[in-house]
Amino acid sequence: MMVRDIIRILDAKVLMAGNLDIEVKTACGSDMMSDVLAFVKEQSVLLTGLTNPQVVRTAEMMDMHCIIFVRGKMPEEDLISLAKQKEISILQTQHAMFTACGLLYTNGLSGGSQS
Amino acid sequence: MINILSLDYVVPGDDFTRAGEASSDVKRKLKQIGYEPDAIRRVAIAMYEGEINMVIHAGGGLVHVEIDPERVKMVLSDHGPGIRDVEMAMREGYSTAPDRVRALGFGAGMGLPNMKKYTDSMKIDTEIGKGTTLYMTVLAKSITIG
Repeated sequence: MMVRDIIRILDAKVLMAGNLDIEVKTACGSDMMSDVLAFVKEQSVLLTGLTNPQVVRTAEMMDMHCIIFVRGKMPEEDLISLAKQKEISILQTQHAMFTACGLLYTNGLSGGSQS
Repeated sequence: MINILSLDYVVPGDDFTRAGEASSDVKRKLKQIGYEPDAIRRVAIAMYEGEINMVIHAGGGLVHVEIDPERVKMVLSDHGPGIRDVEMAMREGYSTAPDRVRALGFGAGMGLPNMKKYTDSMKIDTEIGKGTTLYMTVLAKSITIG
């Protein structure tokens, strides 16, 4: 699916639009960034409730294209400006983590495997 | 490709929001010189974890990076408290990080294990009360993980 599809599936608000037409195949949901970094497969999408700028740094190191803040969490302004620099899309959904992951999974997005 | 690129960074210890700037810069430079993408990601992740550790545990430190066509060498040195039990610190899930660090999304005990996983060689020199120096190498064309 494309980032654009995620917006529709999660009824998400776009806080920063990167490339919304980029294809994403896998996702990872976590509030622990080292757990995210432990996943070796290229993760295209990160779902999290954590809102500090290190979330964007983590996504950057993993070549992710999109970060989704669950439960309506609103990131700080410095996070948005860092995401803009790195061209990473920032979305916000009112769904809780479990529901958001479930909706994406049932619509075809898979989890990456950990080696 | 140029033969050897040598880079040095100061990792400030008092500003968590700036942790990762050095790794980001190294990643950008590796992309610019056309380095192998898998190696770039492994360097970025390993160095980023190292930077985070420096800020969390050691009040910052220094990073020296050497890039040549075959490998990327990273040396991360700090004057922090040192690692009391390296063997335990290498175990996934073992952490001495305080709750305030966990609240920021780190301190899950995955830092050093991740660094080892993503690099082709890693060596830790540490002395209690003196500090820690971490040597890591990523080969440009090692076996792709995953």
